[in-house]
Amino acid sequence: MNLEIPETPRRIVVVGGGHGGGAVVGFLRQYGFAGTITLIGEEPVAPYHRPPLSKAWLKGDVTVDGLALKPGPFYSEQNVELRLCVRVESIDPAARCVALATGERLPYDELILATGAYPRTLPLPGAGHHNVMTLRNLADAEKLRGALGPGKRLAIIGGGYVGLECAATARALGAEVVVIEKAPRLLERVASVPISAFLQRYHERHGVGFALAANIEAIEGTDRAEAVRLADGRRFPCDALLIGVGAAPAIALAAAAGIACNDGITVDDDCRTSVPHVFALGDVAKRPHPLYQRALRLESVPSSMEQAKRVAAVITGREPAHAEVPWFWSDQYDLKLQIAGLPFDADELVVRGDPEADKFAVFHLRDGRVVTVEAISAPPEFFAGKKLIASGKVLTAAQLADLAVPLTELIA
Amino acid sequence: MAKITFIEHDGTPHCIEVADGTSLMQGAVSHNVPGIEADCGGAMTCGTCLVSIPPEWLEKAGRRSDEEAQMLQFLGCAADNVRLSCQLIASPDLDGLCVHVPESQG
Ligand SMILES: Cc1cc2nc3c(=O)[nH]c(=O)nc-3n(C[C@H](O)[C@H](O)[C@H](O)COP(=O)(O)OP(=O)(O)OC[C@H]3O[C@@H](n4cnc5c(N)ncnc54)[C@H](O)[C@@H]3O)c2cc1C
Ligand code: FES
Repeated sequence: MNLEIPETPRRIVVVGGGHGGGAVVGFLRQYGFAGTITLIGEEPVAPYHRPPLSKAWLKGDVTVDGLALKPGPFYSEQNVELRLCVRVESIDPAARCVALATGERLPYDELILATGAYPRTLPLPGAGHHNVMTLRNLADAEKLRGALGPGKRLAIIGGGYVGLECAATARALGAEVVVIEKAPRLLERVASVPISAFLQRYHERHGVGFALAANIEAIEGTDRAEAVRLADGRRFPCDALLIGVGAAPAIALAAAAGIACNDGITVDDDCRTSVPHVFALGDVAKRPHPLYQRALRLESVPSSMEQAKRVAAVITGREPAHAEVPWFWSDQYDLKLQIAGLPFDADELVVRGDPEADKFAVFHLRDGRVVTVEAISAPPEFFAGKKLIASGKVLTAAQLADLAVPLTELIA
Repeated sequence: MAKITFIEHDGTPHCIEVADGTSLMQGAVSHNVPGIEADCGGAMTCGTCLVSIPPEWLEKAGRRSDEEAQMLQFLGCAADNVRLSCQLIASPDLDGLCVHVPESQG
């Protein structure tokens, strides 16, 4: 018989004041955790929504206050100590404490790492010029916004979601935009051919130029980036250059403490790392996904939220919620993209609706079951698709493609 | 200002004050009301801010926009009294409203 009384944690330290860090402190209180919580973030602002940084905020439709994940008084009302503008420098798992850049040491019973990711850059001379930017946080977004306006020329390296969202916003602000992408099509790793072809046409209609399958030879300019030159001789002059080539997980702190990492901090289903009393969640965590028999590092708000709920449930001894179908969204111009599921081993693609009408969905099937839905301005198809992914109902491609078969019938 | 009561699926009430012009979702998030997750922060893409409102309040709450109706069609349930709380804006008209939060969102 095990006579050990499970120890109730009293002090929780969360490293990283981003979406996951901000969410987990709220869930811990919702689930009844009554001990002390300290949330430490290196940025000067309390946790905020990052998605608008390339969308509504960049365009000027939202204020900084409007970005806040929780309003200012939240942290004191919830009795969460918020420490901003300070980095955690190291973790001492044996002594169960973290050291801050100020030299202060904070003890913990449970530690939650939510350090997120930082933007990758390019190993090219000139990538360090002041008008070459990346976009991850509010400070980056403020800099980018300052570079946009009527007649300003923005070159974007990388045709992923962040690059395309910024292209759309920059056009709305009157800038001239060219997107330079190494792959032969946009969103190559994350979207199907019909979606990337549609988006390219849509952006072109809005005046965005594209250079695909591009081989960048140099960033020209001596004290600032003046143009991007390709190996085929093409040259794209610019006033500002945005590099949007993805993000790398912020693992250094964990790795230095001996916590196992491999393209992210390795965690189990419950987001536990290889070191006792240390959890990791959000963009930095690589976790075996319950719906896919593989470890994944999903960089999305819904995934951070799901993991935050899981960690809070595990720490408070509460039954965790069911696994959720992973999903993601993006806004470009007036388009609403919503994507659910991951297209592993899909064997059939079905388009429902008419891309020419700027409103359609692509279903990915495996053995007749929907595994992914990508919806362009089609929320009913998106939510119906999400239900189909969860239920695993067997359908034919013909049924899915036929607009005369109502979605209600398809999901029934 | 409106006093709004959010009732969790297990019956726990949360009575909060929501400032005029802000959404019920924002009010719930400010007060850490369980069950209102609001992943998208009100951009009307996530559908994780669902509430149901008593039929007699429907008129005062205002009609849902086409976009909201599209979002709701296959989310939770299509019943008329289900709303996205990020689209319900507090005003003195809503003072005293009691909404139910579903067991799970999305
Ligand atoms: C421009 C942009 C647009 C996006 N759009 C979407 C979208 O439309 N939909 C979607 O689902 N997702 C989107 N995302 C992704 C989403 O924002 C992330 O998945 C989410 O923010 C991840 O949360 P996180 O807590 O893991 O990391 P983050 O939110 O990045 O937070 C990590 C925080 O930890 C801090 N930190 C790191 N190390 C330390 C340390 N040692 N000490 C103290 N603090 C530290 C960092 O400075 C940062 O503030 C977007 C991201 C960006 C950048
Ligand atoms: S908060 Fe996302 S739809 Fe309401």
